[in-house]
Amino acid sequence: MIPQWELTTANLLAATLRYTTPLILGALAGLFSERSGIINIAIEGIMLIGAFFAVVGTFFATEAGLGALAPWVGLLTAIVAGIAVALIHGAVSIRYKANQVVSGVAINTLATGLTAFLLAAIFGKPGQSPEVMPIPQVDLTATVPFKYLFFWLDYIPVLRVSLGGPLTPFIYIALALVAICWWVLFRTPTGLRIRSVGEHPKAADTVGVKVASTRYLGVALSGALGGIAGASLSIGLLSGFSENMTSGRGFIALAAMIFGKWNPVGALLASLLFGLSEAGGGLAQALGLGGVIPTEFILMAPYVLTMLALAGFVGRATPPSALGVPYEKGQR
Amino acid sequence: MARKNAWLDLAIPVLAIVFALLISVALIAIIGKDPATALSALWKASFGSRRNIGQLLMQSTPLILTGLSVAVAFRCGLFNIGGEGQIMMAQLVAAVVGYSLNLPGFLHLPLAIVAGILAGGVWGAIPGFLKARLGVHEVINTIMLNWIAFRFTYWIVNAHLRIETLPRTPEVLETARLSPILPPSQLTTGLFLALLAAAIIYVFLWRTRMGYELRAVGHNPFAAEYGGINVARQTVLAMTIAGGLAGLAGVIQTLGVQRSFFAPSVMPGYGFTGIAVALLGRNHPVGVVLAALLFGFLEQGAPAMQVSAGVPKAVIFIVQALVIFLVAADGIIRSVLSGRKRKEVTTP
Repeated sequence: MIPQWELTTANLLAATLRYTTPLILGALAGLFSERSGIINIAIEGIMLIGAFFAVVGTFFATEAGLGALAPWVGLLTAIVAGIAVALIHGAVSIRYKANQVVSGVAINTLATGLTAFLLAAIFGKPGQSPEVMPIPQVDLTATVPFKYLFFWLDYIPVLRVSLGGPLTPFIYIALALVAICWWVLFRTPTGLRIRSVGEHPKAADTVGVKVASTRYLGVALSGALGGIAGASLSIGLLSGFSENMTSGRGFIALAAMIFGKWNPVGALLASLLFGLSEAGGGLAQALGLGGVIPTEFILMAPYVLTMLALAGFVGRATPPSALGVPYEKGQR
Repeated sequence: MARKNAWLDLAIPVLAIVFALLISVALIAIIGKDPATALSALWKASFGSRRNIGQLLMQSTPLILTGLSVAVAFRCGLFNIGGEGQIMMAQLVAAVVGYSLNLPGFLHLPLAIVAGILAGGVWGAIPGFLKARLGVHEVINTIMLNWIAFRFTYWIVNAHLRIETLPRTPEVLETARLSPILPPSQLTTGLFLALLAAAIIYVFLWRTRMGYELRAVGHNPFAAEYGGINVARQTVLAMTIAGGLAGLAGVIQTLGVQRSFFAPSVMPGYGFTGIAVALLGRNHPVGVVLAALLFGFLEQGAPAMQVSAGVPKAVIFIVQALVIFLVAADGIIRSVLSGRKRKEVTTP
């Protein structure tokens, strides 16, 4: 049988993956926007909007009798809502050239207000939406063709237990997106254009890259990914929306993006670290530390870790050169 | 420079709030509630009686301070989004000083107030220092500190400070309370403290050398440094002052209204509202006081709107966000007003 410590490690691993998922998606969201030169601290707000509209979409799809398809409709709704909100940020930052941090704060405030407002208006119950069907968990390692890819899991009991059971598909979506985003950003012309308007928009402009539209694209992708991140919370990890359910995760995701040097793979590693600190709560319970370290300190850990990570790492992290500077055509 | 558009600069905050309210009224109508009932409830909640006016002023007092807090930081080019955490830490310290010491009133109250301000100041200095020395962006740090303060104060009240079954500190002693000034409302002398703070900040920013240096850093840190100003020191100073102001906001609530510090189950909220207040008030003490009154009016009226017209309280967040958008992207208002002729911000 599997020894206790292995079981605990396996649970920790699974918990880490679950907590990491919204972080990695949020970090990827921030990445596309910032790589194109637009500071986006509104990830938190976009995630919240995504989480809410995922539930709205799923709810009405279920009412319309779509059955098992409902949560996927919810996911789509979340993506559309995320893009819409992100485009507001984009318009304010690109067309009206406002301060991008201020705009981000405004989006976060708007998201808090709008979700609470619509929650009460649509569902009636304050603070919490009715339960909806989440995206069903899958055990990817047991299904063909992945079964053959993961045969080696049987030799490592720890991983078999943690990865081999049903997991929310968002974990796999997130991991796949890391690879896809990396490839798009660094191996396609579109990605090159996005990066160029973030580093040196003037040079990009002179060779014919449309700076504004490319930045809008970056922001829109940011919104889509943020929407998925939010959906992963409300119809992935949980099965409903509660007010302010993002709890600062959007900002931790931004920290993961910075810590990961604006690179998808780096962001993944950083997110794993932060996810581990959130999952550490479960580990502390399992190790019987519940009495020694108060719960609140365990809950504090991700935020403290974020600050330490940023403090220790910032000197070596360089953002895209034109980040946060509105582009003015024709200016020297 | 476009001098003839100076009237527009002053009018923009007013127009921003008008547009924000119009859009919110539209939203209310869209969800099927009656705007007229809502607006009438909103008005009555603040002006319907002498007590209501007192409550309005009571609500606006902390907003004056959190608005000043954000404004001072903005003047140095910094974003203080940590008002929530600064408030909670200051409230904790002020409450502890308020119930645990035995001093005559003329010593106890000032001591509690100063202790609270210092606590807020320290909580603001931390991200200020990290920005000055290590270049870490204060936005993420201040938000992280909000959450850390939230969890920490919750823990310390529940685990160590309470003496009954209620999750709050023992009551602040008589000698450390702020006196009420307009019974039966909850308004206290804290209002005068807030107005005094506004006056002091005005003098500090525009009539002292340190204030000048702070504003210079906000305009252009490179030029300021070239001119001999210590940018790092101004950064820490600005964030410390900002933290202290937000702290004072919390102190007034604790020593005047609540008389005790409750383990927080939600964040205070008026730290965030301070951002909208500062922007609407154009980061100037006079504007901040006026904007604080306006947002106090909205905060006071929101529960009434919910009760009498079924409008969710969260609508005031939407108003706040719209105001921030419209002020920050003032191009939106300008283009609406001049019939979309001016689209781009022209730089000299």
